[in-house]
Amino acid sequence: MTEEIIIAGFGGQGVLSMGKILAYSGIMQDQEVSWMPSYGPEMRGGTANVTVIISDNRISSPVLKKFDTAIILNQQSMDKFESDVKPGGTLLYDPNGITSHPERKDINIFKIPGAALAAEMGNPKTFNMIVLGAFLKVKPIVAIENVKKGLEKSLPERHHKLIPLNIEAIQKGMVNVESVNSI
Amino acid sequence: MGDVRLMKGNEVIAEAAIRCGCDGYFGYPITPQSEVMETLMARQPWEQTGMVVLQAESEVAAINMVYGGASCGKKIMTSSSSPGISLKQEGITYLAGAELPALVVNVVRAGPGLGTIQPAQSDYFQSVKGGGHGDYKLIVLAPASVQEMNDFVGLGFELAFKYRNPALILSDGAIGQMMEKVELSDYKPRWTDEEIQEISGSWATTGKKSDRERNISTSLDLDSARQEQFNHKLQAKYRAMEENEVRFEKINCDDAEYLFIAYGSSARISQKAVELGREKGIKIGLIRPITLFPYPTKAIQEMLGQVKGILSVEMSAGQMVEDVRLAVNGKVPVEHFGRYGGIIPTPEEVLEALEQKIIGK
Repeated sequence: MTEEIIIAGFGGQGVLSMGKILAYSGIMQDQEVSWMPSYGPEMRGGTANVTVIISDNRISSPVLKKFDTAIILNQQSMDKFESDVKPGGTLLYDPNGITSHPERKDINIFKIPGAALAAEMGNPKTFNMIVLGAFLKVKPIVAIENVKKGLEKSLPERHHKLIPLNIEAIQKGMVNVESVNSI
Repeated sequence: MGDVRLMKGNEVIAEAAIRCGCDGYFGYPITPQSEVMETLMARQPWEQTGMVVLQAESEVAAINMVYGGASCGKKIMTSSSSPGISLKQEGITYLAGAELPALVVNVVRAGPGLGTIQPAQSDYFQSVKGGGHGDYKLIVLAPASVQEMNDFVGLGFELAFKYRNPALILSDGAIGQMMEKVELSDYKPRWTDEEIQEISGSWATTGKKSDRERNISTSLDLDSARQEQFNHKLQAKYRAMEENEVRFEKINCDDAEYLFIAYGSSARISQKAVELGREKGIKIGLIRPITLFPYPTKAIQEMLGQVKGILSVEMSAGQMVEDVRLAVNGKVPVEHFGRYGGIIPTPEEVLEALEQKIIGK
């Protein structure tokens, strides 16, 4: 199994930390992982993206052009990355702030109202974990107990009290993800 | 399995230094390698192993502190990124001229001048062809993964002491900033004074007793005959490195008709290009130099009977390609492909370059 993922949105949405938790979860189940933050000229424009690869085998390039899954959290990223999903791949997005919705027919498209659900939970910082939950429902590449272990590893001890809230947010994402296009 | 973590390459350099028994780190911050000193400062190894960590007032000061510590037979290192490494060149040639072991890490960013903070591989010439003045060589190790950022700190020190010569880890902003799974090395204690005496007592300034001559760390000798003799000795040392220390990795080379040659992050990208090309039925292989000096010239030459063309891939305008051409000596076509100025090529671009510049010709 190899899953090549791009997570893209605004800086401050928790894009990089979502990728880090996903990568740590992969390590917890003995897989190879890489986490490569955006290093294109676009990084000055306020967008943030990270390429995460989880694989049973040694990972070649940490920098990719085509992805199995794109997790898209703003319009700029939609414009940039919709076309970079491999045919038969998956696009997951939050419709909040999206003006032109994805139109491809050769990929599976899902949406998760992450921003709205985070507001409902009363904590906008749960946003990225809601989106992660939606992703893991669609692509169960890491087990939830390994995500929990990943959180324990990646969060400093003083923040461990927040882990139950994060798990709750992941579960909320799992329940609320919706299919938009199925191939 | 040892201590497995998800870490940035730069953080791993710091952690590996502490764990390999490094005695001192002297540096000055610069993006994209500042996490090296940040991690060291946060880890406070002076409390645990006694390792000294000091932010010097400049890069020039830092490299001269390295000279001082190395003269005492200690395991000393510094790190910086391209503009800072340029500032250190005088100190590096003095280290080479005084035959002092030390470890220098360059997390390369794009140049020339201040350039940009994004990754590049445009310091190859500086690293393997000199950089400072005089006929000297560094042992140059090129990590292609976060794991190798760990492994090459210990290896760099080992080779530096084996040859009494500075070693350089030539990394780049991509390997420095990315996170991967890494198995950290076990802790090794710092050398005791007795061990330093045993390992380096013949040359290090460890405190002169009445029973021996003074040990002097200098690169100055105004007698030209002796200076030439000394240069012969250095050259013999570099030839011994070429004989014994060449390291490289061959990927999918057995049946390869075309070859990528790439180091560091370009090697990772080229490896993916090999996968993509093989999916299309193109028989491509990859030689990844791990030591850039000594260069794996023979490994390239051994492929010349079977390959039709070679693409050297590097995030530069074409530096390593000169060493590839020297090895190939006109026997098969050699071309260069690179993105630079801080742009990282995609595997698709690399494959397309092979198709256009080599296969299509």
